[in-house]
Formats: sequence, structure tokens, C-alpha cells
Amino acid sequence: MSLSYSSLVLADGRFPAGGYAHSGGLEAAVGAGRVRDLASLHEFLLGRLCTVGLTEAALSAATAVRLEQDPPTAVAWDDLGAEAHARIASPRLRETSRRLGRQLVRTARATWPSQLLDSLDPAMKDGPHLSIAHGCVGHVAGLDAFAIAVTSTYGTVAGPATAAVRLLGLDPAAVSGLIATLATDAEEVAATAVEAGGGPLDELPCPAATLVEIESERHEQWEVRLFAS
Amino acid sequence: MSSGRCDSLPPELHTHHHGHDHDHDHREPSVSTDRLSAAATGGVTGRGGRRPLRIGIGGPVGSGKTALIAALCATLGRELSLAVVTNDIFTTEDADFLRRRGVLPDERIMAVETGCCPHTAIRDDISANLDAVERLEARNAPVDVTLVESGGDNLTATFSRALVDHQIFVLDVAGGDKVPRKGGPGVTTADLLVINKTDLAPLVGADLEVMDRDARARRGSLPIVFTCLAREPGAARVAEWVRERSAAWSVEGLQGLVP
Repeated sequence: MSLSYSSLVLADGRFPAGGYAHSGGLEAAVGAGRVRDLASLHEFLLGRLCTVGLTEAALSAATAVRLEQDPPTAVAWDDLGAEAHARIASPRLRETSRRLGRQLVRTARATWPSQLLDSLDPAMKDGPHLSIAHGCVGHVAGLDAFAIAVTSTYGTVAGPATAAVRLLGLDPAAVSGLIATLATDAEEVAATAVEAGGGPLDELPCPAATLVEIESERHEQWEVRLFAS
Repeated sequence: MSSGRCDSLPPELHTHHHGHDHDHDHREPSVSTDRLSAAATGGVTGRGGRRPLRIGIGGPVGSGKTALIAALCATLGRELSLAVVTNDIFTTEDADFLRRRGVLPDERIMAVETGCCPHTAIRDDISANLDAVERLEARNAPVDVTLVESGGDNLTATFSRALVDHQIFVLDVAGGDKVPRKGGPGVTTADLLVINKTDLAPLVGADLEVMDRDARARRGSLPIVFTCLAREPGAARVAEWVRERSAAWSVEGLQGLVP
């Protein structure tokens, strides 16, 4: 993998695409008492990486691989959208995924102006799922499929990790260290995602974090919450 | 059913569910509003063929931002097509409050959750708010004015100019009469400073003259309005300011002064 400046722009937590308002299911897990400290956060992040992280990265990579091979008009957006949709069971997380996808495309349009990003709205009603949006944005930013998959896995880990600092008062430096220790795992997941992304759409990985999906529905009913999801 | 703009409804369809006093005549909208409305085109543009005017309302927790929005909707809802985006810190309480008050139909109100960073949502990363604003405006087109309420924050919160065209900053007297002197970007640069809860001044030992003098020193010629929304729920002077901004926005659009 060659490091590109653009991949850092896309992966930066300060990239203004709305991610800061979401905890990736961590707030619900903290509420349920399953994440309490650095050790349980480590388990949560590893679990997330190997489930949602792989699923999302593979969808992003599949999008990128198709954009590399075809002119954008030839990409089967409906099929891609359906595969992404089918891999999120919770209606609330589906909505969240689309919202974050719209927000990513919105910001990326100004960051990396391109016909592809302008064409996504008509192509995907209510906006593309985040994974597909990430694949498209990574593509117009000049990232290859692996860089797209790695930035996706980084987001999978870094979002909830940052939320944990706010929710549990953990040492920010220790959490940073935790994110760093997941480097090998995240790169392995990304490599698996790229390999799968080059194959048939309906054979993309689909491991799900079932408890996160169930708890996200309950989380929506909380009277007071810090994060939108 | 109800509508944010009564003048768009035939009299026989008009039902009184929009929560304002009914001393006005629904069949006779102000002439200027009606004439300008005719210039509106489809899509998400409002009067003057321009996108809707967007006004941000910020200020500390409990200063009266939501109450001010309820007042503006009640006072202006019959002459302007309004939409409201609320930003709560923890919940959707502000949006729920507005819905309960019935000042606007449900479909004209949308809540954005800010991940406990209200200032981020209106300044550093406005993507969620822009998404909400544009969907709301498209769903209710033509909208004249969209109000964006920030989550209650501190004195440093300001809106990005990419999110709103004007901003109102709301303080309350109970926060102490030193607040205007302390300044901060909201107090200093907001297009309108509203100092609410004047009725509490004697109870909390606040001197309104001191607040007025300090605010003027901070703000130069920028306007300041003292309100007591509990006793004057129509917020007439703030509503007048919004009315003027909306009219100016439309005229600029009609004159082709701006894209």
C-alpha cells in the first residue's frame, strides 16, 4: 500500500461529514454494561472490526473495483445498494447508514468535485449507504481499493474509540494506543475485503454484529443519549 | 391538516390547527407577501427565486431559544412559509416541544442529533444540518425562512456562514448581567442580540441598563432587543427583524443582485 495524502484527508476524524455524532453502537454497549474500560473496549473494537468492519470495507472495495473497471454508468447501483441494504438488519442503522452516506457525498463534492459524486443522488434515492459512498469518494480522491478498504476499517475503529473517551472518561492517550494496536488486524480485514470486493456482489462477506443491531433499536428509545447512533 | 402559510389555502380548506391567535384574516395575506410569492419557482427556491433565507438561533442552555422559535412561528407563520431545524444536545426535546406547541405542522420541523457537540454541528461540521435543512426545504417548497436552532451551548458558539445567512444570539437576564461584558463571538458578532427574561431582573439582581450599555459597547451598531417571552409570547420586535431580513433577501433575489 502506498500512502497518499488524500487517504489521510478522507480518514481524518475532522473531515466534516458528520461522523462525530455517531458512536458505532458503543453508547448502547456502554449502557448495557458490556464496555466499561480499556480491555472491554478492545474486545468491542475487535468484534466490530471483524463483523461490520469487514462487511462495510468489502462493500466499499466492491464499489471501487467496479468504478475502476467500468465507466460509472455501467455500475449496477441498484444491485450494490440492495447488497448493502441486506447487510444491515436494523431499520434505524439503515437510515443512519444512508444519512452518513449523503453527508459524506455532500462534503466530498466540495472536496473532490466530480461527475460521479454529482450523479449519485439521482442514482440512489435517499442517498447511498455509507459503504458505497465511501467507495465512490475514495475512488474520486484517487485511492486504490486497498486504501479505500483500510480507511473504511480505520473509521470503523476510530469512531467508537473516540466516543469511548467521551462516554467513559478513558485516558485519550491509552485509547489512541488501542487504535494503534489494531493496525495488523485492520489491514488483514482490509485485504480480505479487497479480495472479496473483486468477486460477485452476492458473495460479499456478511458477518453481522447482531447485538449491536438489536441494541441500536433500543438506543433510539433512550430518553437521553449523547450520540445519534 | 394545516400549513405554514395560510394564504396558500383556499378559505374552505383552512383549519385552525396552527397554534396562533385568530385575530387575522386568512383570506387577505399581506400584498407584498402575495406578490413576491408569485415569483417563486419550483424546486427548493423560495421567494425571489432564491433559496430560502436561513437564520441561526444560538445561545446558552435555557436562555429561551426554543421559546423564541415558537414565538416567531406563531407570529410569522401566517405570512411566511417557515421551516425549523432543531439541534439538541442529548435528545429531540426541542423538536418535540415545538410539535406539542403546534406552532408548525410536523413536516416542517426536523431534529438533528449532535453527538454532544452542539458547536461542532453548527460550525465545524455542518453536514448533518445542511442535510436536514435541504431536505426540509425540498419537502415543504417553497419555504421563505428556515430557522436553525443550535443546541444550548456556551458563549463561544457561532454558526458557519455556510449554514446560515444571519444569526440571532439569545442570552437571558438570569445568566447574570455580566454576560454581555464578557463578550464572545455570539454576543459581539451576532446579527441580532436578544436578551430574554427581563422580568427576572429584580429577582436575580441584574441591572438591565448595565447589560444594555455593555452589549452596545461590544456590538457597535448591531441591534439588541430585550424580550420577556413569558409575558410577550409573540416576540413582536424580533419577528419584525426577521420580516425585514426576509423581505430584503427576496428583493435582492428579484433584483438579480445575487445568484
